[in-house]
Amino acid sequence: MVKFTRRGFMIGGAVTGGTIAGALALGVGFLSTVDTEGLEGNVRSDGTIDLNAWITIQTDGRIIFSIPRNEMGQGVYTALPMLIAEELEIDIHDPNFSVEHPTETLPVYTNFVLALRKRPEMIGGAADWLGQKIYGLVGFIGTGGSTSVVDAYTPLRRAGAAAREMLVTAAANRWGVPVSDCYAENAHVIRRSTGEKLSYGDVAADAAKVTPNKKPKMKAASEFKVIGKPLARIDIPSKTRGEAKFGIDTVLEGMKYAAVVQSPVFGGTVRMIDDSEAKKVKGYRRTVDLGDGVAVVADNYYYAKKAAGLLNIEYDEGTNNALSSAKISEMLRAAVDTGETHTFIDEGDTLAATSGDDAFEARYELPYLAHACMEPMNATAVVRDGHCEIWASSQVPLMMESAAKAHVQDLKSVVAHTTLSGGGFGRRAEGDFIVHAVKVAVAMPGVPVQTIWSREEDIQHDTYRPAVAAKVRASLNADGTPEALDYKIALQSVGLSFSRRNLPIEMGGLKDAGNIEGVREIPYHIEKKRISNSTIDIKVPVGNWRSVGYSYNAFFLESFMDELAIKAGADPLHYRKDLLKGHARMHKLAERLEQVSGWGTQVGEGKGRGVAIHASFRSYVGQVIDISLVDGAVKIDKITCVIDCGQVVNPDTVAAQMESGIIYGLTAAMYGEITIEDGRAVQSNFPDYEMLRLRQTPEIVVDIINSTELPGGVGEPGTPPVFPALANAYFNLTGKRLRSMPLTKHGVEFN
Amino acid sequence: MAISFNMNGKAVSVDDDGEMPLLWAIRDNLKMTGTKFGCGIGYCGACSVMVNGELTRSCITPVEDVAGAEITTIEGLAAEGEATKVQEAWIKEQVPQCGYCQSGMIMAATSLLAEVPNPTDDDIDAAMTNICRCGSYPRVRKAIKRAAAAMQTSVAVGETANG
Repeated sequence: MVKFTRRGFMIGGAVTGGTIAGALALGVGFLSTVDTEGLEGNVRSDGTIDLNAWITIQTDGRIIFSIPRNEMGQGVYTALPMLIAEELEIDIHDPNFSVEHPTETLPVYTNFVLALRKRPEMIGGAADWLGQKIYGLVGFIGTGGSTSVVDAYTPLRRAGAAAREMLVTAAANRWGVPVSDCYAENAHVIRRSTGEKLSYGDVAADAAKVTPNKKPKMKAASEFKVIGKPLARIDIPSKTRGEAKFGIDTVLEGMKYAAVVQSPVFGGTVRMIDDSEAKKVKGYRRTVDLGDGVAVVADNYYYAKKAAGLLNIEYDEGTNNALSSAKISEMLRAAVDTGETHTFIDEGDTLAATSGDDAFEARYELPYLAHACMEPMNATAVVRDGHCEIWASSQVPLMMESAAKAHVQDLKSVVAHTTLSGGGFGRRAEGDFIVHAVKVAVAMPGVPVQTIWSREEDIQHDTYRPAVAAKVRASLNADGTPEALDYKIALQSVGLSFSRRNLPIEMGGLKDAGNIEGVREIPYHIEKKRISNSTIDIKVPVGNWRSVGYSYNAFFLESFMDELAIKAGADPLHYRKDLLKGHARMHKLAERLEQVSGWGTQVGEGKGRGVAIHASFRSYVGQVIDISLVDGAVKIDKITCVIDCGQVVNPDTVAAQMESGIIYGLTAAMYGEITIEDGRAVQSNFPDYEMLRLRQTPEIVVDIINSTELPGGVGEPGTPPVFPALANAYFNLTGKRLRSMPLTKHGVEFN
Repeated sequence: MAISFNMNGKAVSVDDDGEMPLLWAIRDNLKMTGTKFGCGIGYCGACSVMVNGELTRSCITPVEDVAGAEITTIEGLAAEGEATKVQEAWIKEQVPQCGYCQSGMIMAATSLLAEVPNPTDDDIDAAMTNICRCGSYPRVRKAIKRAAAAMQTSVAVGETANG
């Protein structure tokens, strides 16, 4: 795609810092050449036609969409093409159509919603312009934060519409008729007066030369034929035949395999390696010091793993080997009470209102959680004469570029292949496993090597959802509604931990806005509010775990709201609904949830029912969980989930993501806990980091609210409400309020 | 010494330690990547294949144990360009999300339906122990029931045609 403004490949310096500094030095004139619209067409030297940054038509007529987001199960390879197809008038199930993740990191592929924290529809003004140009140059292509559809909704429909207008113009010119005599349908331009047809492939070369209309005519929501209708996902057939290629399925000529052993203590470094026994293993090739661990390269993964197991490694464990879950818990509790505090929100005199003895207080605590993606962390890399090529299941392809820049000497180029991910959940936003693969490739010049973490390494060296402690206090009005809410948590900042591992600058910490995701805008009418936190800085790596801050704040807030409702003698759902009168969408959601879940009906003996409502990622989700006690064990019978995610793109995917987010959260609420002893993770594989199974999976009913509001996210919002809804149902069943998780830790057995 | 077996109808052999798990023979030596590595301890089921028609977790099965055996992997379930009733049901119910565990899920479902053509919920619960992190479980259940119904219909049609 030569015509598009590419990102300069700036050698030296870490990616983000180096690029931003370089771009600023070049000034506004240069920045204005950075193409953040991507609508220009281009004909490549081999005849392949790019109608714009997303739409390519090959010489044989095949249509390829470049989708610069990682397909990790959330359905972006279908939802994003649907947006383009709606305006381009093509059927994405046509055998001539396919989707790929581009290797070229064009500025326009940047996820501007992630970068600027603003919808594209709201972007405007000088600061946003500069932000777009800078992040475009960095190539901030990321898949996370449930942003893919939010970010793509208008730009991709526009790209489809602009390309359609180019095709129609080219065909009209060919026929020598006005554009108004032509229209597009099913990958053809049709001449209205005669019914003549030209396929997109026939006119693509001419279309690419047409100047794109930056404000093409786009359909109103009422005219949508594709968006909002359930569409079978295009990646599914290959996933039923074992043909879908994940990162770990990369096969290259002459490829070797590496197994990794990392310092069991977080932050430990390798002091001495004795590989004399490892070398005796058949197929052994090389031992590579990774700094934080050691890799062994062999002819296949079995030999690599076997040899790695025979390594004798001495580590410098640093000062972290005294860390334990008990100690961390103590630190968090102390921080909640007496730690240095940052107050994010302070409305009204909350302190005065809640300092009385009659204030109600509850303390909660949640553990570290691992992601446990089914595809263990891995990446494949080869370095040949300064040219580095990497294949990875990655949510942030920039991590491939930065790993190469940091570890390949005399680097001349990087090609980053983003493959399908076998689960991401935020884990694959990290660079650690890619860095390992690059270091191994550097040690094996000219030889492609696939570096795979074992399941044990994957769980013991995850970037965990932080452990969090909370103290929540409320003073009550005469009717039992909260007058003032004093909400404080203590935790490690994900932003700080992530930036230390992955970025050239430190971010986050005490003022990390991510810490209070989910309580920044409390939808309930509460007159006085104070939302604050303390942070602790320890070496347990914490990261983005499906719904991150929302996952713990939803548990604290929605458990607390339940407690207040019970204290007021009110129905927990009605209590919430009354406090939501000022929030139209949440109020409607609560009403809908009440109807769909059959809330008013009696649950009966030995049964319990709990509710939670939470806004996250620009969507609103309410859940009711029905449970029962069977032979002393809790059985999850049914989960009713209502979501308002604005304009729906693919309703079946929304339902699937609700099911998925619910089961992910349910697993954590029931079983999930990573404990730390002697500075290392105790759990190591599925038997001690247990997963929900099919036999325990409840009936899940998903109801999607019809809306034409701009779309919200769906990949994560299903997860947060599960935690409190389950605890609330358990209270309803047993009268016991469980303020920490997992529930099995309290002796709760699950059926 | 080389260990020979049939994989998806073709004779193959690997010259490796006999104790090497079958999974790595399939993936690394024979470059068939549809069978997945999930846990390495036979717990999650992502590595499931058929050995002489029997559902087997290949990550804990020494390759020497399959000498002379008939191995079927996900790639060999259906002829090229075709799909089994289970695979069809999987598409119809839109089961996979990330899809990484689905090869194993489909092998387990195929095995279940070979033994119990019309499984009850309890049968499905007992047979489907594979781990999925995307939460495809409700759809796995629906797809198994759909596949069972489709297989019964085709058997009935076959009987009619023969009779």
